[in-house]
Amino acid sequence: MKNENQPGIKEEIVISIRGLYKSFGESQVLKGIDLDVFKGENFVVLGRSGSGKSVLIKIIAGLLKPDQGIVNVIGLKVDKLNQKELQGLRLKMGFIFQSSALYDSMTIRENLEFSMIRNFKHLSSTEINTAVEEVLDAVGLKEKINQMPSDLSGGQIKRIGIARTLILRPEIMLYDEPTAGLDPITCTEINELINEVQSRYNTSSIIITHDLTCAKETGHRIAMLQDGNFFRLGTFEEVFDTDDIRMKSFFDYNFIR
Amino acid sequence: MNIRKSVVRLINTFYLFLRKYKSGDDLFSKRVDSFFIETYSIHKFIARFFKELFQKPSEFREIIRQCYEVGFKSIPLITLTGFVIGIVFTKQSRPPLVEFGAASWLPSLIGIAFVRALGPLVTALIAAGKVGSNIGAELGSMKVTEQIDAMDVSAVNPFKFLVVTRVVATTVMIPVLTLYCTFVGLLGSYLNVHQNELTSFVTFIESAFAQVSFLDVSSAVVKSVIYGFTIGIVGCYRGFNASHGTQGVGKAANRAVVFSMFLIFAEEMIVVQITNWIASF
Ligand SMILES: Nc1ncnc2c1ncn2[C@@H]1O[C@H](COP(=O)(O)OP(=O)(O)O)[C@@H](O)[C@H]1O
Ligand SMILES: [Mg+2]
Repeated sequence: MKNENQPGIKEEIVISIRGLYKSFGESQVLKGIDLDVFKGENFVVLGRSGSGKSVLIKIIAGLLKPDQGIVNVIGLKVDKLNQKELQGLRLKMGFIFQSSALYDSMTIRENLEFSMIRNFKHLSSTEINTAVEEVLDAVGLKEKINQMPSDLSGGQIKRIGIARTLILRPEIMLYDEPTAGLDPITCTEINELINEVQSRYNTSSIIITHDLTCAKETGHRIAMLQDGNFFRLGTFEEVFDTDDIRMKSFFDYNFIR
Repeated sequence: MNIRKSVVRLINTFYLFLRKYKSGDDLFSKRVDSFFIETYSIHKFIARFFKELFQKPSEFREIIRQCYEVGFKSIPLITLTGFVIGIVFTKQSRPPLVEFGAASWLPSLIGIAFVRALGPLVTALIAAGKVGSNIGAELGSMKVTEQIDAMDVSAVNPFKFLVVTRVVATTVMIPVLTLYCTFVGLLGSYLNVHQNELTSFVTFIESAFAQVSFLDVSSAVVKSVIYGFTIGIVGCYRGFNASHGTQGVGKAANRAVVFSMFLIFAEEMIVVQITNWIASF
Protein backbone atom coordinates (compact mmCIF):
# COMPACT_ATOMS: atom_id res chain seq x y z
CA MET A 1 0.00 0.00 0.00
CA LYS A 2 0.94 3.60 -0.44
CA ASN A 3 3.35 4.83 2.14
CA GLU A 4 1.10 7.38 3.86
CA ASN A 5 3.68 9.51 5.62
CA GLN A 6 5.56 10.11 2.39
CA PRO A 7 7.14 12.29 1.12
CA GLY A 8 9.55 12.18 3.99
CA ILE A 9 12.17 14.79 3.22
CA LYS A 10 10.15 17.56 1.66
CA GLU A 11 13.13 19.81 1.17
CA GLU A 12 14.99 17.73 -1.37
CA ILE A 13 13.78 18.40 -4.89
CA VAL A 14 14.74 15.84 -7.56
CA ILE A 15 12.90 17.25 -10.56
CA SER A 16 12.38 20.95 -10.98
CA ILE A 17 10.76 22.58 -13.98
CA ARG A 18 10.28 26.30 -14.55
CA GLY A 19 8.44 28.03 -17.37
CA LEU A 20 8.42 25.07 -19.74
CA TYR A 21 7.07 25.73 -23.23
CA LYS A 22 6.77 23.25 -26.08
CA SER A 23 4.94 23.43 -29.35
CA PHE A 24 4.78 21.32 -32.50
CA GLY A 25 4.39 23.52 -35.52
CA GLU A 26 1.34 25.69 -34.89
CA SER A 27 -0.02 23.84 -31.88
CA GLN A 28 1.23 24.90 -28.47
CA VAL A 29 1.20 21.85 -26.22
CA LEU A 30 2.87 23.07 -23.01
CA LYS A 31 2.54 26.69 -21.98
CA GLY A 32 4.71 27.59 -19.04
CA ILE A 33 4.70 24.54 -16.77
CA ASP A 34 6.17 24.87 -13.28
CA LEU A 35 6.75 21.67 -11.35
CA ASP A 36 8.70 20.35 -8.37
CA VAL A 37 8.96 16.67 -7.50
CA PHE A 38 10.31 15.86 -4.04
CA LYS A 39 12.51 12.93 -3.19
CA GLY A 40 10.56 9.77 -2.48
CA GLU A 41 7.22 11.05 -3.70
CA ASN A 42 4.80 9.80 -6.31
CA PHE A 43 3.67 12.76 -8.34
CA VAL A 44 0.65 12.08 -10.52
CA VAL A 45 -0.14 14.10 -13.63
CA LEU A 46 -3.74 13.76 -14.72
CA GLY A 47 -5.12 14.96 -17.98
CA ARG A 48 -7.21 13.95 -20.94
CA SER A 49 -5.49 12.37 -23.89
CA GLY A 50 -3.74 14.83 -26.14
CA SER A 51 -3.16 17.27 -23.30
CA GLY A 52 0.61 16.86 -23.53
CA LYS A 53 1.32 14.49 -20.65
CA SER A 54 3.62 12.26 -22.66
CA VAL A 55 5.37 15.27 -24.12
CA LEU A 56 6.06 16.50 -20.59
CA ILE A 57 7.83 13.35 -19.41
CA LYS A 58 9.61 12.88 -22.72
CA ILE A 59 11.12 16.31 -22.16
CA ILE A 60 12.17 15.27 -18.66
CA ALA A 61 13.83 12.16 -20.10
CA GLY A 62 15.55 14.22 -22.79
CA LEU A 63 13.72 12.55 -25.68
CA LEU A 64 12.26 15.90 -26.73
CA LYS A 65 13.83 19.33 -26.45
CA PRO A 66 11.92 22.13 -24.73
CA ASP A 67 11.35 25.34 -26.68
CA GLN A 68 11.82 27.40 -23.56
CA GLY A 69 12.24 26.90 -19.84
CA ILE A 70 14.45 25.13 -17.34
CA VAL A 71 14.26 21.37 -16.80
CA ASN A 72 16.40 20.32 -13.90
CA VAL A 73 16.75 16.64 -12.94
CA ILE A 74 18.94 15.72 -9.95
CA GLY A 75 20.69 19.05 -10.35
CA LEU A 76 21.39 18.68 -14.09
CA LYS A 77 19.83 20.73 -16.87
CA VAL A 78 18.56 17.97 -19.17
CA ASP A 79 18.54 19.93 -22.42
CA LYS A 80 22.06 21.30 -21.91
CA LEU A 81 23.84 17.95 -21.46
CA ASN A 82 26.08 16.32 -24.05
CA GLN A 83 25.49 12.74 -25.15
CA LYS A 84 27.68 11.23 -22.45
CA GLU A 85 26.30 13.27 -19.57
CA LEU A 86 22.77 12.55 -20.76
CA GLN A 87 23.48 8.82 -20.79
CA GLY A 88 24.81 9.08 -17.25
CA LEU A 89 21.65 10.83 -16.13
CA ARG A 90 19.45 8.34 -17.94
CA LEU A 91 20.95 5.49 -15.95
CA LYS A 92 19.34 7.14 -12.94
CA MET A 93 15.99 7.49 -14.66
CA GLY A 94 13.56 4.74 -15.49
CA PHE A 95 11.05 5.42 -18.26
CA ILE A 96 8.06 3.12 -18.60
CA PHE A 97 6.46 3.64 -21.99
CA GLN A 98 2.74 3.52 -22.50
CA SER A 99 3.23 0.54 -24.81
CA SER A 100 6.08 -0.77 -22.59
CA ALA A 101 8.24 -0.86 -25.75
CA LEU A 102 9.84 -4.21 -24.98
CA TYR A 103 12.41 -5.24 -27.62
CA ASP A 104 10.29 -7.78 -29.42
CA SER A 105 13.18 -9.55 -31.13
CA MET A 106 14.77 -10.41 -27.77
CA THR A 107 13.84 -12.73 -24.93
CA ILE A 108 12.82 -11.34 -21.56
CA ARG A 109 16.31 -12.01 -20.21
CA GLU A 110 17.92 -10.16 -23.11
CA ASN A 111 15.47 -7.30 -22.64
CA LEU A 112 16.45 -6.95 -19.02
CA GLU A 113 20.21 -7.23 -19.42
CA PHE A 114 20.42 -5.17 -22.62
CA SER A 115 21.37 -1.87 -21.02
CA MET A 116 23.21 -3.45 -18.12
CA ILE A 117 25.82 -5.36 -20.13
CA ARG A 118 26.56 -2.21 -22.12
CA ASN A 119 26.72 0.25 -19.27
CA PHE A 120 28.27 -1.81 -16.47
CA LYS A 121 31.08 -3.60 -18.24
CA HIS A 122 32.83 -4.59 -15.03
CA LEU A 123 29.96 -6.89 -14.00
CA SER A 124 30.45 -10.61 -14.49
CA SER A 125 27.77 -12.69 -16.14
CA THR A 126 26.80 -14.26 -12.83
CA GLU A 127 26.28 -10.82 -11.31
CA ILE A 128 24.11 -9.82 -14.23
CA ASN A 129 22.19 -13.06 -13.92
CA THR A 130 21.55 -12.42 -10.27
CA ALA A 131 20.35 -8.90 -11.03
CA VAL A 132 17.99 -10.19 -13.72
CA GLU A 133 16.53 -12.80 -11.41
CA GLU A 134 16.15 -10.33 -8.61
CA VAL A 135 14.11 -7.81 -10.60
CA LEU A 136 12.04 -10.56 -12.17
CA ASP A 137 11.32 -11.72 -8.65
CA ALA A 138 10.40 -8.18 -7.65
CA VAL A 139 7.73 -8.04 -10.36
CA GLY A 140 6.72 -11.65 -9.77
CA LEU A 141 7.52 -13.11 -13.19
CA LYS A 142 10.53 -15.30 -12.57
CA GLU A 143 9.30 -18.15 -14.73
CA LYS A 144 9.03 -16.01 -17.89
CA ILE A 145 12.76 -15.41 -18.19
CA ASN A 146 13.30 -17.24 -21.47
CA GLN A 147 10.06 -16.32 -23.20
CA MET A 148 9.52 -13.72 -25.89
CA PRO A 149 7.53 -10.53 -25.20
CA SER A 150 4.84 -11.70 -27.62
CA ASP A 151 4.11 -14.64 -25.31
CA LEU A 152 3.09 -12.38 -22.42
CA SER A 153 -0.21 -10.78 -21.46
CA GLY A 154 -0.73 -7.02 -21.23
CA GLY A 155 -0.21 -6.89 -17.48
CA GLN A 156 2.88 -9.08 -17.65
CA ILE A 157 4.36 -6.88 -20.38
CA LYS A 158 3.85 -3.85 -18.11
CA ARG A 159 5.64 -5.67 -15.28
CA ILE A 160 8.58 -6.58 -17.49
CA GLY A 161 8.73 -2.97 -18.67
CA ILE A 162 8.99 -1.90 -15.04
CA ALA A 163 11.57 -4.60 -14.29
CA ARG A 164 13.68 -3.50 -17.25
CA THR A 165 14.08 -0.06 -15.72
CA LEU A 166 14.44 -1.31 -12.14
CA ILE A 167 17.48 -3.39 -12.97
CA LEU A 168 19.47 -0.17 -13.40
CA ARG A 169 18.45 0.95 -9.89
CA PRO A 170 17.00 4.29 -10.94
CA GLU A 171 16.37 7.16 -8.54
CA ILE A 172 13.51 8.45 -10.65
CA MET A 173 10.70 6.55 -12.33
CA LEU A 174 8.63 8.06 -15.12
CA TYR A 175 5.46 6.08 -15.82
CA ASP A 176 3.49 6.88 -18.96
CA GLU A 177 -0.07 5.65 -18.42
CA PRO A 178 0.93 2.48 -16.55
CA THR A 179 -2.65 1.20 -16.31
CA ALA A 180 -3.99 2.20 -19.71
CA GLY A 181 -5.66 -0.66 -21.54
CA LEU A 182 -5.56 -3.08 -18.61
CA ASP A 183 -8.50 -4.74 -16.85
CA PRO A 184 -9.44 -3.39 -13.38
CA ILE A 185 -7.85 -6.26 -11.46
CA THR A 186 -4.55 -5.98 -13.32
CA CYS A 187 -4.75 -2.20 -12.80
CA THR A 188 -4.89 -2.74 -9.07
CA GLU A 189 -1.91 -5.08 -9.25
CA ILE A 190 0.11 -2.54 -11.22
CA ASN A 191 -0.83 0.21 -8.77
CA GLU A 192 0.39 -1.97 -5.92
CA LEU A 193 3.58 -2.70 -7.81
CA ILE A 194 4.20 1.03 -8.32
CA ASN A 195 3.85 1.61 -4.58
CA GLU A 196 6.01 -1.38 -3.80
CA VAL A 197 8.75 -0.13 -6.11
CA GLN A 198 8.55 3.29 -4.50
CA SER A 199 9.02 1.98 -0.97
CA ARG A 200 11.45 -0.82 -1.80
CA TYR A 201 13.81 1.12 -4.06
CA ASN A 202 13.04 4.56 -2.59
CA THR A 203 12.38 6.10 -5.98
CA SER A 204 10.74 9.39 -6.82
CA SER A 205 8.16 9.02 -9.55
CA ILE A 206 6.07 10.93 -12.01
CA ILE A 207 3.01 8.93 -12.94
CA ILE A 208 1.07 10.03 -15.99
CA THR A 209 -2.47 8.78 -16.12
CA HIS A 210 -6.09 9.52 -16.88
CA ASP A 211 -7.20 6.77 -14.52
CA LEU A 212 -8.46 8.21 -11.23
CA THR A 213 -8.14 4.95 -9.33
CA CYS A 214 -4.49 4.80 -10.25
CA ALA A 215 -4.06 8.43 -9.24
CA LYS A 216 -5.78 7.87 -5.91
CA GLU A 217 -3.92 4.65 -5.11
CA THR A 218 -0.44 5.78 -6.01
CA GLY A 219 -0.22 9.56 -5.86
CA HIS A 220 1.04 11.59 -2.94
CA ARG A 221 0.37 14.72 -4.91
CA ILE A 222 -1.70 15.17 -8.02
CA ALA A 223 -1.68 17.79 -10.72
CA MET A 224 -4.27 18.29 -13.39
CA LEU A 225 -2.89 19.24 -16.81
CA GLN A 226 -5.14 21.09 -19.19
CA ASP A 227 -4.54 23.59 -21.99
CA GLY A 228 -0.81 23.36 -21.48
CA ASN A 229 -0.78 24.15 -17.80
CA PHE A 230 -1.49 22.70 -14.36
CA PHE A 231 -4.70 24.19 -13.06
CA ARG A 232 -4.99 22.26 -9.82
CA LEU A 233 -2.29 20.76 -7.66
CA GLY A 234 -2.40 19.04 -4.28
CA THR A 235 -3.41 15.77 -2.65
CA PHE A 236 -6.17 13.75 -4.25
CA GLU A 237 -8.78 15.14 -1.86
CA GLU A 238 -7.63 18.72 -2.33
CA VAL A 239 -7.69 18.45 -6.09
CA PHE A 240 -11.13 16.95 -6.32
CA ASP A 241 -12.81 18.91 -3.54
CA THR A 242 -14.13 21.53 -5.90
CA ASP A 243 -17.09 22.49 -8.03
CA ASP A 244 -14.90 23.25 -11.00
CA ILE A 245 -16.72 21.84 -13.99
CA ARG A 246 -13.46 20.63 -15.57
CA MET A 247 -12.71 18.44 -12.56
CA LYS A 248 -16.29 17.25 -12.29
CA SER A 249 -16.46 16.06 -15.86
CA PHE A 250 -13.13 14.27 -15.50
CA PHE A 251 -14.38 12.59 -12.33
CA ASP A 252 -17.68 11.57 -13.91
CA TYR A 253 -15.94 10.22 -16.98
CA ASN A 254 -13.74 8.00 -14.85
CA PHE A 255 -16.46 6.49 -12.72
CA ILE A 256 -19.29 6.16 -15.18
CA ARG A 257 -17.36 4.34 -17.89
CA MET B 1 38.83 19.72 -37.83
CA ASN B 2 38.72 23.37 -38.85
CA ILE B 3 38.37 22.41 -42.49
CA ARG B 4 35.47 20.13 -41.61
CA LYS B 5 33.79 22.87 -39.64
CA SER B 6 34.04 25.38 -42.45
CA VAL B 7 32.74 22.84 -44.95
CA VAL B 8 29.75 22.17 -42.72
CA ARG B 9 29.19 25.90 -42.33
CA LEU B 10 29.41 26.40 -46.08
CA ILE B 11 26.88 23.66 -46.73
CA ASN B 12 24.55 25.02 -44.07
CA THR B 13 24.73 28.49 -45.58
CA PHE B 14 24.00 27.00 -48.98
CA TYR B 15 20.88 25.23 -47.74
CA LEU B 16 19.71 28.27 -45.83
CA PHE B 17 20.22 30.39 -48.93
CA LEU B 18 18.21 27.99 -51.06
CA ARG B 19 15.45 27.86 -48.52
CA LYS B 20 15.31 31.61 -48.27
CA TYR B 21 15.49 32.05 -52.02
CA LYS B 22 12.34 30.10 -52.56
CA SER B 23 9.84 30.71 -49.83
CA GLY B 24 6.23 30.07 -50.56
CA ASP B 25 3.28 28.05 -49.44
CA ASP B 26 2.30 26.38 -52.68
CA LEU B 27 2.66 22.64 -53.12
CA PHE B 28 5.66 22.94 -55.41
CA SER B 29 7.59 25.03 -52.91
CA LYS B 30 6.77 22.55 -50.18
CA ARG B 31 8.04 19.70 -52.32
CA VAL B 32 11.27 21.55 -53.05
CA ASP B 33 11.55 22.45 -49.41
CA SER B 34 11.12 18.89 -48.20
CA PHE B 35 13.57 17.71 -50.86
CA PHE B 36 16.29 19.95 -49.45
CA ILE B 37 15.45 19.12 -45.87
CA GLU B 38 15.58 15.43 -46.71
CA THR B 39 18.86 15.73 -48.60
CA TYR B 40 20.29 17.59 -45.67
CA SER B 41 19.10 15.09 -43.07
CA ILE B 42 20.28 12.08 -45.07
CA HIS B 43 23.73 13.65 -45.24
CA LYS B 44 23.64 14.25 -41.52
CA PHE B 45 22.65 10.61 -41.08
CA ILE B 46 25.64 9.47 -43.13
CA ALA B 47 27.98 11.81 -41.25
CA ARG B 48 26.69 10.39 -37.98
CA PHE B 49 27.41 6.88 -39.24
CA PHE B 50 31.06 7.70 -39.85
CA LYS B 51 31.33 9.56 -36.57
CA GLU B 52 30.02 6.63 -34.56
CA LEU B 53 31.62 3.87 -36.62
CA PHE B 54 34.73 3.64 -34.46
CA GLN B 55 33.20 4.69 -31.16
CA LYS B 56 32.84 2.29 -28.26
CA PRO B 57 31.17 -0.12 -27.74
CA SER B 58 32.13 -1.99 -30.91
CA GLU B 59 28.94 -4.15 -30.90
CA PHE B 60 31.01 -6.81 -32.65
CA ARG B 61 28.64 -9.64 -31.83
CA GLU B 62 25.69 -7.75 -33.24
CA ILE B 63 27.67 -7.00 -36.43
CA ILE B 64 28.34 -10.72 -36.86
CA ARG B 65 24.68 -11.49 -36.28
CA GLN B 66 23.67 -8.91 -38.87
CA CYS B 67 26.22 -10.29 -41.35
CA TYR B 68 24.54 -13.65 -40.93
CA GLU B 69 21.11 -12.08 -41.41
CA VAL B 70 22.19 -10.16 -44.50
CA GLY B 71 24.55 -12.68 -46.05
CA PHE B 72 23.54 -16.18 -45.18
CA LYS B 73 19.81 -15.61 -45.44
CA SER B 74 20.13 -14.11 -48.91
CA ILE B 75 21.98 -17.13 -50.30
CA PRO B 76 18.95 -19.11 -51.57
CA LEU B 77 17.55 -16.17 -53.50
CA ILE B 78 20.93 -15.15 -54.93
CA THR B 79 21.67 -18.75 -55.93
CA LEU B 80 18.42 -19.09 -57.79
CA THR B 81 18.64 -15.74 -59.54
CA GLY B 82 22.33 -15.98 -60.43
CA PHE B 83 21.98 -19.51 -61.73
CA VAL B 84 18.92 -18.80 -63.84
CA ILE B 85 20.39 -15.61 -65.27
CA GLY B 86 23.59 -17.54 -66.11
CA ILE B 87 21.68 -20.16 -68.08
CA VAL B 88 19.26 -17.77 -69.77
CA PHE B 89 21.90 -15.22 -70.69
CA THR B 90 24.08 -17.92 -72.27
CA LYS B 91 21.18 -19.48 -74.11
CA GLN B 92 20.11 -16.12 -75.54
CA SER B 93 23.60 -15.03 -76.50
CA ARG B 94 24.46 -18.22 -78.34
CA PRO B 95 22.47 -17.85 -81.62
CA PRO B 96 23.90 -14.45 -82.67
CA LEU B 97 27.44 -15.56 -81.84
CA VAL B 98 26.97 -18.84 -83.72
CA GLU B 99 25.72 -16.84 -86.68
CA PHE B 100 29.05 -15.02 -86.83
CA GLY B 101 30.95 -18.23 -86.19
CA ALA B 102 32.13 -16.92 -82.86
CA ALA B 103 30.59 -19.45 -80.48
CA SER B 104 34.00 -20.00 -78.90
CA TRP B 105 33.86 -16.43 -77.62
CA LEU B 106 30.81 -17.23 -75.53
CA PRO B 107 32.68 -17.89 -72.25
CA SER B 108 34.57 -14.59 -72.55
CA LEU B 109 31.38 -12.72 -73.19
CA ILE B 110 29.69 -14.33 -70.20
CA GLY B 111 32.73 -13.66 -68.01
CA ILE B 112 32.86 -9.98 -68.90
CA ALA B 113 29.11 -9.56 -68.58
CA PHE B 114 29.01 -11.14 -65.13
CA VAL B 115 32.05 -9.46 -63.66
CA ARG B 116 31.39 -6.00 -65.08
CA ALA B 117 27.63 -5.72 -64.81
CA LEU B 118 25.41 -8.67 -64.02
CA GLY B 119 27.02 -9.89 -60.80
CA PRO B 120 27.13 -6.58 -58.90
CA LEU B 121 23.86 -5.26 -60.28
CA VAL B 122 21.76 -8.39 -59.84
CA THR B 123 23.08 -8.95 -56.33
CA ALA B 124 22.49 -5.33 -55.35
CA LEU B 125 18.96 -5.25 -56.73
CA ILE B 126 18.01 -8.53 -55.09
CA ALA B 127 19.51 -7.37 -51.80
CA ALA B 128 17.79 -3.99 -52.06
CA GLY B 129 14.51 -5.84 -52.34
CA LYS B 130 15.15 -8.42 -49.68
CA VAL B 131 17.59 -6.88 -47.21
CA GLY B 132 16.65 -3.22 -47.70
CA SER B 133 12.95 -3.76 -47.12
CA ASN B 134 13.73 -5.99 -44.17
CA ILE B 135 15.87 -3.33 -42.50
CA GLY B 136 13.34 -0.59 -43.29
CA ALA B 137 10.46 -2.59 -41.82
CA GLU B 138 12.38 -3.81 -38.79
CA LEU B 139 13.72 -0.42 -37.73
CA GLY B 140 10.46 1.24 -38.76
CA SER B 141 8.43 -0.94 -36.44
CA MET B 142 10.96 -0.43 -33.66
CA LYS B 143 10.62 3.29 -34.18
CA VAL B 144 6.83 3.46 -34.13
CA THR B 145 6.55 1.13 -31.13
CA GLU B 146 9.03 3.37 -29.27
CA GLN B 147 11.66 0.63 -28.92
CA ILE B 148 14.29 3.01 -30.28
CA ASP B 149 13.31 5.62 -27.68
CA ALA B 150 13.43 2.88 -25.07
CA MET B 151 17.07 2.15 -25.95
CA ASP B 152 17.82 5.84 -25.77
CA VAL B 153 16.35 6.29 -22.28
CA SER B 154 18.13 3.19 -21.00
CA ALA B 155 21.44 4.85 -21.89
CA VAL B 156 22.23 2.70 -24.92
CA ASN B 157 22.96 4.47 -28.17
CA PRO B 158 20.38 3.07 -30.62
CA PHE B 159 22.19 4.48 -33.63
CA LYS B 160 25.29 2.50 -32.83
CA PHE B 161 23.43 -0.70 -31.99
CA LEU B 162 20.90 -0.62 -34.81
CA VAL B 163 22.26 1.50 -37.66
CA VAL B 164 26.04 1.14 -37.56
CA THR B 165 25.88 -2.64 -37.22
CA ARG B 166 23.48 -3.05 -40.12
CA VAL B 167 25.31 -0.69 -42.46
CA VAL B 168 28.62 -2.39 -41.72
CA ALA B 169 26.99 -5.77 -42.36
CA THR B 170 25.55 -4.80 -45.74
CA THR B 171 28.76 -3.05 -46.80
CA VAL B 172 30.77 -6.18 -46.03
CA MET B 173 28.30 -8.80 -47.19
CA ILE B 174 27.08 -7.40 -50.52
CA PRO B 175 30.58 -7.74 -52.09
CA VAL B 176 30.76 -11.30 -50.77
CA LEU B 177 27.32 -12.06 -52.18
CA THR B 178 28.38 -10.47 -55.47
CA LEU B 179 31.35 -12.80 -55.70
CA TYR B 180 29.06 -15.72 -54.94
CA CYS B 181 26.47 -14.59 -57.47
CA THR B 182 29.11 -14.30 -60.18
CA PHE B 183 30.35 -17.79 -59.40
CA VAL B 184 26.87 -19.31 -59.47
CA GLY B 185 26.06 -17.43 -62.67
CA LEU B 186 29.16 -18.81 -64.37
CA LEU B 187 28.23 -22.26 -63.15
CA GLY B 188 24.79 -21.96 -64.75
CA SER B 189 26.38 -20.69 -67.90
CA TYR B 190 28.85 -23.57 -67.92
CA LEU B 191 26.00 -26.10 -67.85
CA ASN B 192 24.71 -24.64 -71.07
CA VAL B 193 28.13 -24.38 -72.67
CA HIS B 194 29.01 -27.91 -71.64
CA GLN B 195 25.80 -29.22 -73.15
CA ASN B 196 26.76 -27.73 -76.51
CA GLU B 197 30.54 -27.81 -76.67
CA LEU B 198 31.73 -30.37 -74.13
CA THR B 199 34.25 -27.89 -72.73
CA SER B 200 35.84 -28.80 -69.41
CA PHE B 201 35.08 -26.58 -66.46
CA VAL B 202 38.68 -25.40 -66.11
CA THR B 203 38.89 -24.42 -69.77
CA PHE B 204 35.58 -22.63 -69.48
CA ILE B 205 36.70 -20.60 -66.45
CA GLU B 206 40.03 -19.84 -68.07
CA SER B 207 38.43 -18.43 -71.17
CA ALA B 208 35.74 -16.68 -69.14
CA PHE B 209 38.40 -14.70 -67.28
CA ALA B 210 40.76 -14.30 -70.23
CA GLN B 211 39.33 -10.92 -71.14
CA VAL B 212 38.58 -9.75 -67.60
CA SER B 213 41.06 -7.07 -66.54
CA PHE B 214 42.21 -6.02 -63.12
CA LEU B 215 40.30 -2.79 -63.62
CA ASP B 216 37.08 -4.76 -64.21
CA VAL B 217 37.50 -6.67 -60.99
CA SER B 218 38.42 -3.65 -58.89
CA SER B 219 35.57 -1.61 -60.28
CA ALA B 220 33.21 -4.49 -59.48
CA VAL B 221 34.48 -4.58 -55.90
CA VAL B 222 34.19 -0.82 -55.48
CA LYS B 223 30.71 -0.90 -56.98
CA SER B 224 29.42 -3.63 -54.71
CA VAL B 225 30.85 -1.92 -51.64
CA ILE B 226 29.01 1.26 -52.64
CA TYR B 227 25.81 -0.68 -53.29
CA GLY B 228 26.04 -2.43 -49.94
CA PHE B 229 26.56 0.86 -48.15
CA THR B 230 23.64 2.40 -50.04
CA ILE B 231 21.27 -0.44 -49.19
CA GLY B 232 22.19 -0.31 -45.51
CA ILE B 233 22.09 3.46 -45.12
CA VAL B 234 18.84 3.95 -47.03
CA GLY B 235 17.07 1.11 -45.22
CA CYS B 236 18.20 2.38 -41.83
CA TYR B 237 17.42 6.00 -42.66
CA ARG B 238 13.90 5.14 -43.75
CA GLY B 239 13.29 2.91 -40.75
CA PHE B 240 14.82 5.30 -38.24
CA ASN B 241 12.62 8.12 -39.52
CA ALA B 242 9.40 6.17 -39.85
CA SER B 243 6.30 7.78 -38.41
CA HIS B 244 2.53 7.54 -38.28
CA GLY B 245 2.01 4.14 -36.75
CA THR B 246 1.85 0.83 -38.55
CA GLN B 247 1.17 2.50 -41.87
CA GLY B 248 4.54 4.18 -41.58
CA VAL B 249 6.29 0.82 -41.27
CA GLY B 250 5.07 -0.36 -44.66
CA LYS B 251 5.94 2.99 -46.13
CA ALA B 252 9.44 2.87 -44.67
CA ALA B 253 10.06 -0.59 -46.15
CA ASN B 254 8.67 0.39 -49.52
CA ARG B 255 10.60 3.65 -49.73
CA ALA B 256 13.79 1.90 -48.66
CA VAL B 257 13.54 -0.42 -51.67
CA VAL B 258 12.51 2.18 -54.22
CA PHE B 259 15.04 4.76 -53.14
CA SER B 260 17.99 2.39 -52.87
CA MET B 261 17.23 0.85 -56.29
CA PHE B 262 17.13 4.33 -57.76
CA LEU B 263 20.45 5.18 -56.15
CA ILE B 264 22.00 1.89 -57.27
CA PHE B 265 21.21 2.66 -60.91
CA ALA B 266 22.53 6.19 -60.54
CA GLU B 267 25.73 4.92 -58.93
CA GLU B 268 26.11 2.27 -61.65
CA MET B 269 26.05 5.00 -64.29
CA ILE B 270 28.64 7.04 -62.44
CA VAL B 271 31.00 4.14 -61.75
CA VAL B 272 30.79 2.93 -65.36
CA GLN B 273 31.68 6.41 -66.60
CA ILE B 274 34.64 6.63 -64.25
CA THR B 275 35.85 3.11 -65.13
CA ASN B 276 35.66 3.84 -68.85
CA TRP B 277 37.50 7.07 -68.31
CA ILE B 278 40.28 5.29 -66.43
CA ALA B 279 40.37 2.50 -69.05
CA SER B 280 40.86 5.05 -71.82
CA PHE B 281 44.41 5.82 -70.67
N1 LIG C 1 6.66 14.14 -31.94
C1 LIG C 1 5.55 14.89 -32.11
N2 LIG C 1 5.41 15.60 -33.24
C2 LIG C 1 4.30 16.35 -33.44
N3 LIG C 1 3.30 16.46 -32.57
C3 LIG C 1 3.37 15.77 -31.42
C4 LIG C 1 4.51 14.94 -31.14
N4 LIG C 1 4.34 14.38 -29.92
C5 LIG C 1 3.14 14.84 -29.48
N5 LIG C 1 2.56 15.66 -30.36
C6 LIG C 1 1.30 16.36 -30.18
O1 LIG C 1 1.26 16.88 -28.87
C7 LIG C 1 -0.01 16.73 -28.30
C8 LIG C 1 0.10 16.05 -26.96
O2 LIG C 1 0.52 14.72 -27.15
P1 LIG C 1 0.76 13.71 -25.96
O3 LIG C 1 1.70 14.32 -25.00
O4 LIG C 1 1.18 12.42 -26.56
O5 LIG C 1 -0.67 13.56 -25.30
P2 LIG C 1 -1.08 12.68 -24.05
O6 LIG C 1 -1.44 13.65 -22.99
O7 LIG C 1 -2.25 11.88 -24.48
O8 LIG C 1 0.09 11.81 -23.71
C9 LIG C 1 -0.84 15.96 -29.29
O9 LIG C 1 -1.72 16.88 -29.91
C10 LIG C 1 0.14 15.41 -30.28
O10 LIG C 1 -0.42 15.42 -31.55
MG1 LIG D 1 0.39 9.78 -23.88
